[in-house]
Amino acid sequence: MGIFERFRETRFALWIQRIFGKRHARIGIYGPPNVGKTTLANRILMDWTGETIGTVSEIPHETRRAKWKSNIKIENGSSSLVIDIVDTPGIATKVDYKEFIEQYGLDPEEAKRRAKEATEGVIEAIRWLESIDGVVLVMDSTENPFTQVNVTILGNLEARNLPVVIAANKIDLEKSSPATLKSAFPQHPVVPISALTGYNLDNLYTTMVKHFGKKRRKKK
Amino acid sequence: MKKERGISVTLISRKKLESFSTDEKIDYIIKEVSKGKILVLENGLTPVEQSALIQQTMAKIDHDTFIGIEMEGYADIENNDNVLRKILNKMFGIIKKPRMTVIGPANLLKTVYKDNNVIQTMIITGRGAK
Repeated sequence: MGIFERFRETRFALWIQRIFGKRHARIGIYGPPNVGKTTLANRILMDWTGETIGTVSEIPHETRRAKWKSNIKIENGSSSLVIDIVDTPGIATKVDYKEFIEQYGLDPEEAKRRAKEATEGVIEAIRWLESIDGVVLVMDSTENPFTQVNVTILGNLEARNLPVVIAANKIDLEKSSPATLKSAFPQHPVVPISALTGYNLDNLYTTMVKHFGKKRRKKK
Repeated sequence: MKKERGISVTLISRKKLESFSTDEKIDYIIKEVSKGKILVLENGLTPVEQSALIQQTMAKIDHDTFIGIEMEGYADIENNDNVLRKILNKMFGIIKKPRMTVIGPANLLKTVYKDNNVIQTMIITGRGAK
């Protein structure tokens, strides 16, 4: 073990960390259904561990249980952050099983089961807000950002004084407008990305290390 | 007297809302909305109340009779010039004041457009309140 590694293990180093910021954080990936949360979680994990966390689908509510991976080290030059990443089910105010039948061709039994599990997933995702240190809020940059789900999630995070980074996803699509997201939520860092292609993920990692590493007083 | 069919839109005053506890407010909203009524709250819900309402809505969804809610409200106006508020926000988290909010059953009320200043919704006719 080198001198630097030995220093990092010492009580003094832990004390320095406590004063100057958090270097291990549990980060939730949140957002409405079908914005690319699991695609982003998979991309982050592939970049830093070579693994994936879940399957993706064009059918909404593919992720219906929260999944997590621990101890992912994200490096940014001389700084780094160790995160536990939690991929949460999409938050929605309604779930209609008929949409799965009519728009995606699922059979009625499967559609009802998916809808039932989706409602449980929404409840679980909201419960996880109690146990996280920060959030990557994923928004679809081709859609109107002023949805109640986005506003509700952001309001909750602000009330709890939790740091948030907005990932303006799907900028590989022609209709995308990350500038609209930036003007809608000027109080938070907004990073345009494509989780699918990996475009601008370096910038997201830099923002995560900088933003989630800060010392904050978390409000319960 | 013959009962007229139609869609009920109820405006709830700030005073009435303030007389409810959070649980009572959420119970009241779910009860009314699941009956097919649209509510306009003069003083909406805090973000924490909104997430509690979403959780309870999910627990109440019955796929044949109640598929959830449509809810839209204005975000709080940020006053970035207020130094005291900035300091308090930094110390204790941002406390957003709830503002006017419309809530209705998702099969009846659809949001057409929303930005910081305008909320436009559409009532799907033919599915009036019971």
